[in-house]
Amino acid sequence: MLDLRKPAGFFFLLLGLLLAGAGVLNPGYTAPLLDVNLNLDFGIFCICFGGVFLWLSRKA
Amino acid sequence: MTLTLTPLDYSILVVYFLFVIGIGWFLRKSVSSSSDFLTSGHALPLWITSLAFLAANMGALEMIGMCGSGAKYGMMTCHFYWVGAIPAMLFVGVFMMPFYYGSKARSVPEYLKLRYDEKTRGFNAITFAVMTILTSGISMYALGKLLNLILGWSFTWSVIASAAIVLAYTYLGGLSSAIYNEVLQFFLIVAGFSPLAILAVRKAGGWAGVTARVGPKMTQSWQHMAHSADNPMGVEVIGLIMGLGFVLSFGYWCTNYLVVQRAMAARSMTDARNTPIVGSFPKMLIPFVVILPGIAAAALATMGPGTYSIPVKAATGGPDYDMVLFSLIQKFYSPGMLGVGLTALVASFMSGMAGNVSAFNTVWTYDIYQSYIRKDAPDSHYLWVGRMATIFGVVFSIGAAFLATKFNNMMDYLQLIFGFVNAPLFATFLLGMFWKRATGHAAFTGLLTGTCAASATYGLTLAEGKGGFLGVLHTFPSSMAQNFWVAIAAFTVCLVVTVVISLMTAPKPVAELEGLVYGVKPIEVEPAVWYRRPGVLAVLAGLCCIALNFVFF
Repeated sequence: MLDLRKPAGFFFLLLGLLLAGAGVLNPGYTAPLLDVNLNLDFGIFCICFGGVFLWLSRKA
Repeated sequence: MTLTLTPLDYSILVVYFLFVIGIGWFLRKSVSSSSDFLTSGHALPLWITSLAFLAANMGALEMIGMCGSGAKYGMMTCHFYWVGAIPAMLFVGVFMMPFYYGSKARSVPEYLKLRYDEKTRGFNAITFAVMTILTSGISMYALGKLLNLILGWSFTWSVIASAAIVLAYTYLGGLSSAIYNEVLQFFLIVAGFSPLAILAVRKAGGWAGVTARVGPKMTQSWQHMAHSADNPMGVEVIGLIMGLGFVLSFGYWCTNYLVVQRAMAARSMTDARNTPIVGSFPKMLIPFVVILPGIAAAALATMGPGTYSIPVKAATGGPDYDMVLFSLIQKFYSPGMLGVGLTALVASFMSGMAGNVSAFNTVWTYDIYQSYIRKDAPDSHYLWVGRMATIFGVVFSIGAAFLATKFNNMMDYLQLIFGFVNAPLFATFLLGMFWKRATGHAAFTGLLTGTCAASATYGLTLAEGKGGFLGVLHTFPSSMAQNFWVAIAAFTVCLVVTVVISLMTAPKPVAELEGLVYGVKPIEVEPAVWYRRPGVLAVLAGLCCIALNFVFF
């Protein structure tokens, strides 16, 4: 059966790349009460999260 | 209030849709029998069943409702998790799962047939099938209405497109696909809403700032529970513990096939028992993702109109707590994260809907079609029926969604019906699993009278203008208190009637109760290292939950 860690890992990796890319290219994206580059921060988190999933799926 | 999406936000939504359908596409190869399609062939690992056990309950209405309740009632909303879920999850894992899984029943109604008789199974199967369709439809209605209101999307197309995606992956991979996607959705929901909690609390000055701004009644969970008039929820401690913490909670988590099905898909008895227990650890932390932003919103609203204000209803001018989540997303999420937040909301809807549809198709195929329509067909026929039930389940859900547009208060009534059905059902299961003298005639009569008692209690009491259609003997300070006491009445009447009639009717021979009732035969215990034993994990989870209650006492 499919190892869910692979699609979940790829999903969060892709999501992270999209967000981090937007955070780097458009740091001006903001919201009324937002005072950090959330896309970049959350994008990096998603890349790490997805990476951990992919690493775990390789070890299995 | 309107939100405007950018191409980046739409890209995130599309990527998510492609992944969920892709998971269904890959899993289609593992479906070759009705058992694979409807029960996952009892082959899923513990971490997946545990998270699916949680995610099936994390529908869009819960996300929106809990955030709004956080803003309205504060930390007391956590009782829905720490009192209204964790104890029941531990109970079902330690005490009830050995009978569900050990009896080899394929569904909860089938267990009722083995333990009691055909009519008790039929009653439960039919009420459950109807309720899953209505729940799924109303959830879909709520999502379609919100997408229409917030983004200006067409209600009809929002409903049809979301339903079509759920249908695609559930039809392809059956229960496995629904469960796998629920786990992905769980991560997305937590990831999508956690930044909101962190940002909102930080903006309000941290937890100390929130506490200073909203006061102790909003940040303490137990200290104002002695009298219903002392707290914003209008509930006193006995009603809360008996109604929510015992009857409603145990009725939902211990007897609702929608959640029990996830545990029954596990690959061993130990994993099935550990499914709700392991799931209870993340469950007790979910309030920090869904309720905390609401409490922070109440704190932010005290910082002046230039910062944040609770949305108001256009018609009445009163606070619109259902819109709190969206207002926070609007204030804190920039393009990109807006897409993540919206995708998390759509994921929570899909998670709830797929849970309902996958439970519906199993109960329909095994407990209604195979039992009453065509008994001895080849397995390939039941696989086909299961797939058709998936299609019809989705179509009926869409129908229910459109029906809901014509009845404004359908959601209120549905919640009440859940109390009517699940509360007496818990008494039926409790006696069935722990008292070998309980009989089929008694169980069926108890269920019917329990449901009637719930109707009578609702009809004779009034709360916020609801109920009282038979006269008003008592007025509750809130609908929530009324719901709790309706459930208590239903449970008590069902319990008493079942006991009395059981003593007047002939019980099943003890030999027929092996593996179905506590104490008839020793429970088979699989060898497991100490940290995988259900008892050890349940004690640990119980201690963590008690600690959380003390921290926010």
